[in-house]
Amino acid sequence: MAIDVRIPTILRTYTGGEKAVTGEGSTLAELIDDLESKHPGIKERLIDGSELRRFVNVYVNDEDVRFTGSLGTEVGDGDEVVVLPAVAGGAPTAWVAVP
Amino acid sequence: MADGLSYPREVLKIDQVTYDAIVAHAKRDHPDEACGVVAGPEGLDRPLRFVPMVNAAGSPTFYEFDSTELLRLYKEMDARDEEPVVIYHSHTATEAYPSRTDVGLASEPNAHYVLVSTADHGNSAGPVEFRSYRIIDGEVTEEEVSVLPTEKSGTDAPRGHVTGTSTTT
Repeated sequence: MAIDVRIPTILRTYTGGEKAVTGEGSTLAELIDDLESKHPGIKERLIDGSELRRFVNVYVNDEDVRFTGSLGTEVGDGDEVVVLPAVAGGAPTAWVAVP
Repeated sequence: MADGLSYPREVLKIDQVTYDAIVAHAKRDHPDEACGVVAGPEGLDRPLRFVPMVNAAGSPTFYEFDSTELLRLYKEMDARDEEPVVIYHSHTATEAYPSRTDVGLASEPNAHYVLVSTADHGNSAGPVEFRSYRIIDGEVTEEEVSVLPTEKSGTDAPRGHVTGTSTTT
């Protein structure tokens, strides 16, 4: 089984500079655990406790997983997963929890 | 071109037309924060393609690209061998300096982070603050903004340029 995972610039320190890696799993959570076994440290950048981090976007076949069950999203052979950090920010008066 | 390579840069060089487009966007969206990118060919540090984005937060104190539009943008840049050379947004009541939130969320180490403040004149004509920064590993470094007369060809050797001022009509 191979699931293609696109890695954003800021996480390529975990993948030896690779912009795409492969992984396995039947859910996004399993896939991330598999990625962690190959690229230690990456899971903590994606997951906070048991949830996907607020300002990390993950897409499975072009769909934001927040609409498809988040970490429970089913994945399988041939799927394409893309990780993109959110592009966001705020003025000094904004109260936002920054991971 | 190695990924994640950061080249030393102390100046943002940007065409007048693109500069004006960013300022116009900020003025138009005031009092909400405006946001967008200027894409350019990978590795050239030339912001050429202005891409205003919708602020999905629609807030005077926060901005966020809609996640689906963000994916579309990045796929488009990937197909065109581009990267986000400038990531801009506006502050509508405070100065054009990155907030702690801006710094904490900055995730493109090779981008120039442009901040525009519309605090003085809002939607009306009048000067704005237009400043640019590198934000790498939580550190903010301000850089000079050099506004270039718009060229007809896309050469990388502009003939003469003026240091950008913060004044716009």
